[in-house]
Amino acid sequence: MRLQTLLLGVSWALNYTARRYPSFKQRLGEKEFTAQVKVKDNSVGRCYRFGGGKVTSRAGIHDSPDMTISFKTAALGVKLLTPPADHMDFINAMKNFALQMQGEDEVTQWFTDTISIMMTIRWDYGVDAGNGERRYTNITNGGPLFVYVKDGKIVRMTPIDLADDDAPSWTLTARGRTFSPPRKTTINPHGLASKSLIYSSRRLLHPLKRVDFEPNGARNPQNRGISGYEQIGWDEALDITANEIKRVKREHGHGAIMNSHGSHHTWGNIGYYLSAQIRFMNAIGHTKMALNPDSWEGWYWGGAHHYGNSMRNGAMEPYGQLQDCLDEAEMIVFWASDPESTSGSYGSFEGTPRRHWARELGIEMVHIDPYCNHTASHLGGKWIPVIPGTSPALAHALAWVWITEGLYDKDYVANRTTGFEKYRAYLMGEEDGQAKTPEWQEAETGVAAHTVRALARQWGTRKTYLAAGGKGTTFGGANRSATGAQWARAMICLMAMQGLGKPGVNFGGLQCGSPIDHEFYFPGYAEGGISGDMNGTASAIQLYQRQPHLLSMNPVTQQIPRLRIPEAILDGETSGYPLDARSIEGQFMGFRYPSPGHSRVRMMYKYGGSHFGTTMESNRLAKALQSEALEFIVNQSIWNEGEVPFADIVLPACTNFERWDIGEWGAAGGYSQHNQTMLNHRVIAIQHKCIEPLGESRSDYQIFTDILKRLGLSAYFTEGMTELDWCKAQFDASDLPQRISWREFLRKGYYVVPSEKEEHRPPAGFRWYAEGRKKDVPEPAPLPGEYGEQYLEGLQTQSGKIEFEAQSLKRFGQDPERPPVNKYIPSWEGRGTAALFAKYPLQLLTPHPRYSFHTKGDGKDSVLNDIVDHRVLIDGYHYWVARINPADAEARGIKHHDLIRLYNDRGSVICAARVTARIMAGVVHSAESSAEYDPIGEPGQSPDRGGCVNILTPKRHMTEKTTGSAPNSCLIEIEKWAGEEEAAS
Amino acid sequence: MSKWHLIIDVALCHNCNNCFIACKDEHVGNDYPGYAAAQPLHGHSWIKIEQTERGRAPMVDAAFLPTMCNQCADAPCVDAGGGAVQQREDGIVVIDPEKARGNKDIVASCPYGAIWWNEELQLPQKWIFDAHLLDRGWAEPRCAQVCPTGAITALKSGDDDMARRAGAEKLAVLSPEFNTRPRIYYRNLHRFTHHFIGGNVLTQNDGALDCLAGATVRLLRDGAPVGEAVTDAFGEFKIDGLEGGDEEYLLRLTHEDHEDLEQPVRLKQSVFLDDLQPKRR
Repeated sequence: MRLQTLLLGVSWALNYTARRYPSFKQRLGEKEFTAQVKVKDNSVGRCYRFGGGKVTSRAGIHDSPDMTISFKTAALGVKLLTPPADHMDFINAMKNFALQMQGEDEVTQWFTDTISIMMTIRWDYGVDAGNGERRYTNITNGGPLFVYVKDGKIVRMTPIDLADDDAPSWTLTARGRTFSPPRKTTINPHGLASKSLIYSSRRLLHPLKRVDFEPNGARNPQNRGISGYEQIGWDEALDITANEIKRVKREHGHGAIMNSHGSHHTWGNIGYYLSAQIRFMNAIGHTKMALNPDSWEGWYWGGAHHYGNSMRNGAMEPYGQLQDCLDEAEMIVFWASDPESTSGSYGSFEGTPRRHWARELGIEMVHIDPYCNHTASHLGGKWIPVIPGTSPALAHALAWVWITEGLYDKDYVANRTTGFEKYRAYLMGEEDGQAKTPEWQEAETGVAAHTVRALARQWGTRKTYLAAGGKGTTFGGANRSATGAQWARAMICLMAMQGLGKPGVNFGGLQCGSPIDHEFYFPGYAEGGISGDMNGTASAIQLYQRQPHLLSMNPVTQQIPRLRIPEAILDGETSGYPLDARSIEGQFMGFRYPSPGHSRVRMMYKYGGSHFGTTMESNRLAKALQSEALEFIVNQSIWNEGEVPFADIVLPACTNFERWDIGEWGAAGGYSQHNQTMLNHRVIAIQHKCIEPLGESRSDYQIFTDILKRLGLSAYFTEGMTELDWCKAQFDASDLPQRISWREFLRKGYYVVPSEKEEHRPPAGFRWYAEGRKKDVPEPAPLPGEYGEQYLEGLQTQSGKIEFEAQSLKRFGQDPERPPVNKYIPSWEGRGTAALFAKYPLQLLTPHPRYSFHTKGDGKDSVLNDIVDHRVLIDGYHYWVARINPADAEARGIKHHDLIRLYNDRGSVICAARVTARIMAGVVHSAESSAEYDPIGEPGQSPDRGGCVNILTPKRHMTEKTTGSAPNSCLIEIEKWAGEEEAAS
Repeated sequence: MSKWHLIIDVALCHNCNNCFIACKDEHVGNDYPGYAAAQPLHGHSWIKIEQTERGRAPMVDAAFLPTMCNQCADAPCVDAGGGAVQQREDGIVVIDPEKARGNKDIVASCPYGAIWWNEELQLPQKWIFDAHLLDRGWAEPRCAQVCPTGAITALKSGDDDMARRAGAEKLAVLSPEFNTRPRIYYRNLHRFTHHFIGGNVLTQNDGALDCLAGATVRLLRDGAPVGEAVTDAFGEFKIDGLEGGDEEYLLRLTHEDHEDLEQPVRLKQSVFLDDLQPKRR
């Protein structure tokens, strides 16, 4: 009887909501159908007739309902329908088939969505900002933003000035001075430019079909990238896509669908690639694009072997370093480190005031980089230009000086490291007869021996922080080269010689290690949001226990390395080494494509940003995408960029400003646990749906749902949840409900997590190690089974210590390019490769761009195009910038803002020259990640004026036994570009 | 009545362009009747960052100079506008987006080149200090709010107070010779307008070349000292804030273990002197 009452209540609630909310009444009018809800044995039931904007219902069992929801027992029905609903009860019932739903997905999904909308329609959100404007909140790769909306249109976006009732900012005292950060959030240019990207003329506003693609006729794959598009309806686009998914599975079998995706074109835990996208791809089964650790390359393939930290891909603990550095350090050496450009990743400009403080405290600064980068230029200090790819030689010479002059920590080396004698023997030349002196390195690095001696003596007599890479604790161009692993290994060996973890001796450039709260839980994006994927995300660590949702698992184990997608398609076979963070040794487990008994890939599902700008030797990709081996390419994208013109069907997605999401600024989780130590304030925000999706574009979640409706999988995918429901689920899974109500969070838009109390702040990273104590930083790594002795004692290496002779590499024993003791092996492409160097005498350096985030924000007609250090307007076209030294320019008759052609045997790219003394002679500096691929002729075979300089970089891996990218080992020549006509003649 | 001013620290600007983007964000696609019509998506830089570079490897520095309408107290555009350009009581100069239509003279009147011509709307346009937001109670213009380095500070101050402050803190305006009394002030403007003489000093140590720290470098012009520096651990020194214009300087290097070394330096623009090697005593 009680169930019957609840079932009656459903129709009453639907009609009541329709009377109160015209939009809901309109929704109820969308469909006419009969729904049956009942107990499986028909003992209790009610049927509902939807139509005319209202619902009528009657008790009983209908003969032929359009859909049926059945409970195994009346008691279960009561439990599930009695508010407040517990989603855990729902999914438990679903998993055990005690709750079932039958009917066409089109109807069932509409029904569950309608119930969700009914439950949430009362929720009020945003703040009245006066003048008819409403203030919402959102997050980007570059930081959080207030979004002001008027009449359904975004007026402006601003960083957040923290309010008086937001948590107080931390303070810390160092050397008698008290420091506290500004009470506002900072934002990167690519985040601040969001409005221009949302309203970009390059938005995809309608589903498209390539004009000469017919799924049941001629497909013309050879015309991908050439022929145009026609607008089609959503139903047609979705039908074609769903039918192709079924067809390639039917015709080719297991593994025929491959997934290819960008990583950073949106922000938010629901719509992210590791969330809804993985959940969708797992639901259809896919050959996975295996990522290489492209931000960590040298640290992962090299550094981890000396000191572990595999769960961070070889990066180090970021804890407590702000306090320690400001208290103790006398010098910071920035080595291939430009946090003022790259923000460490999502750190906005949060580290900037902290570096100002260091300067005010008189901490000396040194910058080792072929480019006098923005951090060097801004902070000042000694700039040491070094020939790209040769930094390991410089590092060995520093160590040589320390040994010969006794400037290293002998006690630490004796007690906290192993294998030093072997490294010492290498440095002294006992093996190869060549002592690694400052004079020896000068010929390689271009750094004068006297400069190396001066640096070694400064470093050896001062407590020094080493900012290695853009984050200070990894990343950075030097780790993405043929010698990247050598460089990372050398950095660790240097710090081991100076007593890593002792006061004032650590990794970092004040980009990480602020005293935020480390325990307050909110899931980072790598925890997979709604993915339910235990293998492909970090969900298993915390989120899966906290957020009831169904597991998703990819049934296909076959994978293709991202860097070898063209070979997989064109040659039909390739191989790689995996990104496996569980252990130091996971990376040794090479794999081959195709996997035994699997289909080669025949369909590509591309999602998100452009790959041309981020794929080495990118012309390969154009050729692969035109291959008939790929029978179907669908591209789900927000903008018309990159590979979109190579798709057969284009599905237009909306930005995260046009749909619901939720996230935390800078929170990555996973490999970058506690990434928020880059920030001065932790800010968690509901990412309001600020405006309706533009044109016909839809949210990624909606598109996935719409495809899965055609496969009968929509209920599995959505679990009856809308995106807003999932936001609430993330909220409930976090610690937020202990601090702020959902209602207030929705209204205000954000929550500032109070900083850690002084007595609870973690000690500096590695201090525990230096002092021989149990690990006492809040890092759930390495895995318990990785400890050799007592739990929490020692590092992940075989000896538990920093190993100058890496035992893991010794056991592997198969990679002559990675000997157990780090040795200088000149780059396989560089000034030492004489024949190639004679032909192409300039080295190309391709660091991350400063104004865009990878391809996010670049091109697409955004306002960033007007920043002359990003793109330059010449003859009506915004060209990518290439920086060249005045001497190199003069030798080639090139003047500032001339168009130049950068070229080698791999291809050519047209750029705008910026002639600058900030780049050392012999080196050309042009950022990777152009979002524009714009060949002036045949795709894959003609100069690109979009600026994809990775067309020129080698596809060769760092070493033969790694799948590590090495784009910074690249030789080119440049010339003044006189235009297409002249080039043709 | 106090007036709005900006103080921009050239030494703190690192060219992130957030001020430029914020101005675009505020004005592209948005009409503010009475204040400004919408800015074109491309081509206009109502806030524009100029840049300069000094020196050569390994001693290079770059300086960045955010420029915009100077909100001049004696603004030529007000005269040229024939009633279409007004200086408000708070000092902000606003070009009326209706009355100014078609008047290209307003663009030409600005000696700083800070007024842009909107071809489509036939309108002179420029940065309005976000007057439309300040009038709604916003605390500062957006360029100051988005600046991550603290390079841009907005303040309201009386003319006399501002003049005193400019004197005390060595603030400067751009091209004072235009005599328009700008209200945008700069700190450390020498980073943009002046030059340095730098170099490194080496010495022989048991047959190897080493950097010489602690050497005193004095710079003289016409016999009078104009700058002094001591070499650092890398043997480097840098004397900044010098007039260029082909001036002749004399550099005198002294160190207790070395003989004095003198070298004339002709300074057109910043120079770096390689490998100065005084003789050991």
